[in-house]
Amino acid sequence: MNNLTKTFGDVTAVEGLTLRVDEGEVFGFLGPNGAGKTTTVRVLACLISKTSGEARIGNYEIGNDADALKIRKIIGLVPDNVGLYEDLSAYRNLDFYGRLYECTVAQREDRIEHFLKMLGLWNVKDRAVRTFSKGMKQKLAIVRALIHEPQVLFLDEPTANLDPEFQKTVRDFILELKREKRTIFLNTHNLDEAQRVCDRIGILNTKLVAEGTPEQLMESLEGRKTEVQLQQVTPAVTGTVERLGLRYVVADDNRLVIDVRDPEKENPGIMESIVAAGGHIQFITEKHATLEEVYLKLVRDEQ
Amino acid sequence: MKLWKSWVIARKDFSTFRTKRYVIYSLVVVPLLISIGLPILIWLGIGNAPIPPSQLPAIISGLNDVFNAFSFFFVILAGFLPISIGAYSIVGEKLEKTLEPLLATPTTDGEILLGKVIAAFLPSVIATYAGAVIFMVLMDAVTSTKLGYVYFPNWTVAVILLITVPLISILSTEFNVIISARVSDVRAAQQFGALIVLPLAAIYVATEIAFVSLTPANLLLISAIILALDAILFYVSRATFRREEILTKWK
Repeated sequence: MNNLTKTFGDVTAVEGLTLRVDEGEVFGFLGPNGAGKTTTVRVLACLISKTSGEARIGNYEIGNDADALKIRKIIGLVPDNVGLYEDLSAYRNLDFYGRLYECTVAQREDRIEHFLKMLGLWNVKDRAVRTFSKGMKQKLAIVRALIHEPQVLFLDEPTANLDPEFQKTVRDFILELKREKRTIFLNTHNLDEAQRVCDRIGILNTKLVAEGTPEQLMESLEGRKTEVQLQQVTPAVTGTVERLGLRYVVADDNRLVIDVRDPEKENPGIMESIVAAGGHIQFITEKHATLEEVYLKLVRDEQ
Repeated sequence: MKLWKSWVIARKDFSTFRTKRYVIYSLVVVPLLISIGLPILIWLGIGNAPIPPSQLPAIISGLNDVFNAFSFFFVILAGFLPISIGAYSIVGEKLEKTLEPLLATPTTDGEILLGKVIAAFLPSVIATYAGAVIFMVLMDAVTSTKLGYVYFPNWTVAVILLITVPLISILSTEFNVIISARVSDVRAAQQFGALIVLPLAAIYVATEIAFVSLTPANLLLISAIILALDAILFYVSRATFRREEILTKWK
């Protein structure tokens, strides 16, 4: 995507979005409601037009009518509303989409069986979808998006409104798809999910506020810190840290939080110095901002 | 355009409609009311009193005009039946949130619309034909028993059933699919869609007051006009089917 913009009348839903998602990568979009996440997915799925800018999926150009059908063939979409035919069975729902995606009979039969078994829905394949729980419907919607083995998968809030157990099942399934090297574009409000599943995360608030790996984003807020818990923080200990040229904060009587650039290299020397200064180390932990803190700070700053 | 994709969509809609009670009722009850109700009216109208042979030709001539007008009921029926299905076609998908994944498939607007038209057209025409067959059999039973002659089939009803009914059914279906794509409530779609019946009712009234005679020639002329409207409405339905508007403006 290069400078991708989408407006609805006077309202700008997405502004100047420039981003690249590589093949086999899981990219997460975080952002508040109305940030433009769903709009971006809809533009990329050729469901709505872009206002300006460029976007490509593989060799196909978004906005080029001749490419729209080809793009829809290689992508799978799980919208924020599952949108299943409630009166039809799970199997019939999947078979219908399999036909529209031009899968052969054998492909449809194999894939429906494979995915439904994988997600524990094979035994209820002939039941009307209206009898399914939310979690079962969500899983079925994901299978529907995979029925044609798409190269790129768009998941819009796939675990929203699910209980923790179903969230975990769906998350594990996404991780399984990740192992299969599928390119996945994940819109989510769930920061924990984004951190666990995504290779890279973009924080969107109409504009792209920040982008990077979960670790990079967390470091971006406060840098990296090492927290040392001692029996007691003495002047000799703080003195030795100062002599190493490091910035530190005495959190309380027995905790010292030290700014470090490269903890893997610096920490052993720091620990040796503290021990040499008579410090009695109890625990050493890496301290960093959580993704939630980063997200809230960036979104609030933007607003 | 891949016609088989339209058929896939239509078949899915058939399966969905089978579970919608109001669709089944409108497809079964309304044709039955007409096809059984009208012969009963004629049966009661003729009564049991013996008819003098001298009055028979005048009675038969008068009845034939009534039968022609009654036959036109099936044109109205063919315009009426697609309303419940056509109105549901797009609005129903939108209400059940199934339209977004459907639009995300590699299916063109034309394929989707044609599928929706087939889904509303086929059951409506089949129900109309079934009703017409029952109507003709019962009418012939009444006239042969009471008056010693059979009126159906004839050229007028042949033109009505084989040409006018399918064309008006297509027109009604297209009209209802267009309406369905513009409103966000099934009931509103049905109310607007019912407007298609008004000009047909006007033709029926015109036949009853002998302003229009339902000869095969006149019916062919009416059918030609409907055919032209069919072509225009299919073009309009494609031109006005805007995915973005449907997805983003409907609440």
